[in-house]
Amino acid sequence: MPLSIPREEYMLPGHTACAGCGAALSMRYVLKGMGPKSALAIPACCWSIIPGEFPYTALKIPMLQTPFAAAAAAISGLREGLDAQGKEDYNVLAFAGDGGTADIGLQGLSAAMERGHNVLYVMYDNEAYMNTGIQRSGSTPFGAWTTTTPVGLKRNYKRENKKFVADLMIAQNVPYVATATIAYPEDLSRKVAVAKSIKGPKFIQILSPCPPGWFFNSADTVKISRLAVESKVFPLYESKNGKFALYKPAKTASISDYLSLQGRFGHLREEEVRLIEEAVEKRWSSLLEKEQN
Amino acid sequence: MAILPITSVSSATKEMASWRTSKPVIEYSKCTRCEICWKFCPDVAIDLVIDPDLKSPSDRFKTLEAPVIDYNHCKGCGICAAECPFGAIEMVREEV
Amino acid sequence: MTGNEAVAMGVKLSRVKVVAAYPITPQTTIVEKLAEMVANGDLDSKFIEVESEHSAMSSVTASEITGVRSYTASSSHGILYMHEALHWAAGMRVPLVMSVVNRAIGPPWNIWGEQTDTFNQRDTGWMQIYCETNQEAMDSIMLGYKIAENKKILLPVMNMLDAFTLSHTSEPVEIRNEKTAADYLGDLDLDFKLDFNNPASYGSLASPDSPFMEMKRDMRDSMYNAVGTIKNEISSFNELFDADLPGLTENFMMEDADYALVTAGAISSTAKYTVRKMRERGQKVGLIRLYFYRPFPAEEILKAVKGLKALGVVERNLSFGQRGPTFEDVVSSLYGRVNIPIRDYVVGLGGRDVRVKDYEKMFENLIEGNNEIDWINVEVK
Repeated sequence: MPLSIPREEYMLPGHTACAGCGAALSMRYVLKGMGPKSALAIPACCWSIIPGEFPYTALKIPMLQTPFAAAAAAISGLREGLDAQGKEDYNVLAFAGDGGTADIGLQGLSAAMERGHNVLYVMYDNEAYMNTGIQRSGSTPFGAWTTTTPVGLKRNYKRENKKFVADLMIAQNVPYVATATIAYPEDLSRKVAVAKSIKGPKFIQILSPCPPGWFFNSADTVKISRLAVESKVFPLYESKNGKFALYKPAKTASISDYLSLQGRFGHLREEEVRLIEEAVEKRWSSLLEKEQN
Repeated sequence: MAILPITSVSSATKEMASWRTSKPVIEYSKCTRCEICWKFCPDVAIDLVIDPDLKSPSDRFKTLEAPVIDYNHCKGCGICAAECPFGAIEMVREEV
Repeated sequence: MTGNEAVAMGVKLSRVKVVAAYPITPQTTIVEKLAEMVANGDLDSKFIEVESEHSAMSSVTASEITGVRSYTASSSHGILYMHEALHWAAGMRVPLVMSVVNRAIGPPWNIWGEQTDTFNQRDTGWMQIYCETNQEAMDSIMLGYKIAENKKILLPVMNMLDAFTLSHTSEPVEIRNEKTAADYLGDLDLDFKLDFNNPASYGSLASPDSPFMEMKRDMRDSMYNAVGTIKNEISSFNELFDADLPGLTENFMMEDADYALVTAGAISSTAKYTVRKMRERGQKVGLIRLYFYRPFPAEEILKAVKGLKALGVVERNLSFGQRGPTFEDVVSSLYGRVNIPIRDYVVGLGGRDVRVKDYEKMFENLIEGNNEIDWINVEVK
C-alpha cells in the first residue's frame, strides 16, 4: 500500500494523551499537513495537558497555550505579529476542542474568521468537555450521556441536537471549510494541505473519538471514526470558495452500528435511536441539496 | 534571566510503558508492510525500519520498511491490532 | 492635544508594530487616532479590530511573543472583561504597554472618571502608572516600554489617565523628537520570542512540583526589584527628552508639612491647588502623588511622611468590606516604622467632582483629628 500521508512527524511520542486518543491522531495528521514552518495556539482543552507537564513539549513546532476563549484571538495576534516581520510564509493555526470552539470560543472564532486573517482554525471535536471529565458541550450530539446530562429518573441524556460549527463557518462565507475524521488520514492531511494553500481564514472540524468519554474500547477509535462517516452521523464535506462537495461513503453502516459500540448511547431505546436516524437523514438530505445548489 | 513558563524538552525522552496493560506483538510472517499500523498510532510509537532479518510472508516484502513497536512509548491502546488487515498484530497481556 | 491624542502620539513614537483594540468610551479616541495613523501611513503597524477586550489582550500577548512591540487600550468594563487575559500576559512575561482610561464600573451605567477599574487589576502582575497630565500620558507610554522590556523586569505596564478630565481635555503637550524616541527604545528584543528552529511550548501544564511557584516568585521579585530600574529610567528619560516625569511618587510641598494627602491621577491637580491655597493661609500642608502604584512606592512614602502629624489617603476607587486598597498599602508600608494617624477618604466615584472645598475639608478633618468622615461630597441632591 503506497504511503499517502507525509512521513515526517511533528508530534512526538511521550505525550500524555489517553491510550487510543482521537485528538492525538488529529494533531498528528494536521501537523503532517502543515509542516515545520508553523506556529500553533491551543486554548484550554485536552491538548493543554497532552504535551506533558513541565519541562516537556510534545510538538516540533512552537506552541502557545491561551485562555479558554482566546485561541482565535491568539492566532490573529500570531499572524499579524509574524506578518509585521515579513514572515508571511509561516503558517499559523489554532487547535481547539469543541468546548473552546462551539461554546466559550465561538465569538472569538467568528470574529477572527470575519476579519480574514491568514490562519487555520482546527476544531478537534470529541463532543464534550473531556479534559474536565465529560461535560456536555454545544457540540455533544442528541442522545449522549455526559456527566452534566446524566441518565436519571427525571432527566436523561442530552435532548438537544449537536451544533455543527463547520456549518456556521460556511454560513459566514469562510473561504475554506471542511470536516474530517481520523479514520481517513489521507483525506484529513489533504484537506489541511488545501487549507494551507489558501490565503485567508480556514476552518476544519475533525471528529476525534474519545475512548474514556464515549465509553468504548481504546482499540476502536479508528473503527468508530469510520462508522461515524459510513452511518452519515458525521458527514465529510468541503466548502471551497462557496463550492460545496459532500463525500458519499462507498460503504454504508447503520446508525445502530455506530451507537452500539459506545457506552454513552447505551441507554437509548429503539424509538430514540429512530429519532437520531431521522435527524441524520434530514441533515444528509439538506447537505445533498446544498451540494446541488 | 526570568524564570519563564516555557518548555522545550522533547516528550520523546519520557517512558510511557507503565501506562500499558497489554502490548502489541507483530507476527512478521503475516506482515505485508502495509504501514496501516504506523498510520493509525496515536502515540507515534511505531517506527518503520528496513530489517532483512524480520520474517515476512514472502521475500518481496523484505526490501520494504517494516513496523517496529517502540515499547518505551506504546500505551497499548490496541488500535494497531484492531486495524491490521492481516491479523498480524496480537495484544498480549503484560504482567507487572 | 487631548490626553487620548497624547497617548496615541506616545504609541506612534514607540513605533508599535501591532495594535489590537475594541472600542469603549472614553478610550475610543485613542484607537481611532491610531487607526487613522495606520490608514495614513504615519504608523507602520498592523491593526486588529478585535470583537472584545479579552481578544484584544490575547491577540497582543500572542503578537508580542512573535517578537514585535504591541499595544492595546481599554477602560472600565473592558478591562474587567480582559482580566483573565491580563494574568496571561504578565505570566507569559510579555512586556506590553496598555493604556487605560479610568472610568467607573456599573451598574448603573456611568462613563465618567473613577479608578476602581484598574485598582481591581492590581494583582495581575502588571505595573501601574497613574498620570496627572497629558504630557505624562504621552511620556509614560515610551517610559513604560523601556521599563517593561528591561530584561530584569519583563512585566507589562498599565498606563492610566482619567476619563474626560485628561482623555478628552486639551492641554499643551510637547511632542518628543521622533528620532530620539526611536534611538531611546530601539526595537523589541525578546529573548524568548517564537523560534521555529528551537520550538518551545509556552504556558503548558506545570504541576505542584514544577517551578510554578518559582515562576510566580520570580514575577514578584522582578516587580519589587524594578523600583531601582524605574528610578534610573525616569532620570534618563527626563535628561534625554528634557522632560519632567516625577519619581515613583511626586512630593508636593512636603518639606515642612504637618499634614498631607496621598492621591493618584488627575485629581492631584486640584489637590495641589488646594495645598498652595492653604499654604498661603499659613497652613503647613502637602501632597504625595502616586505616579507608580505597582510596584508600590513604600520607601518613598515612608521618607515623605517623616515628620507629619497625620496623613490622609484619597481613594478614587471602591473596595467593599475593608478600607480602600491604597489605604491598606500605605498603612502596611508604614506599620511599625511611623506612628501617625492615617485616614481614608473615598472621593469622586462615577465622575463626581472633587473640588477645592472637598480637599479643604479633608485637610481640616486631618488637622482636627476628627475621624467621622470618610466619604466626600456624597449626598444626593
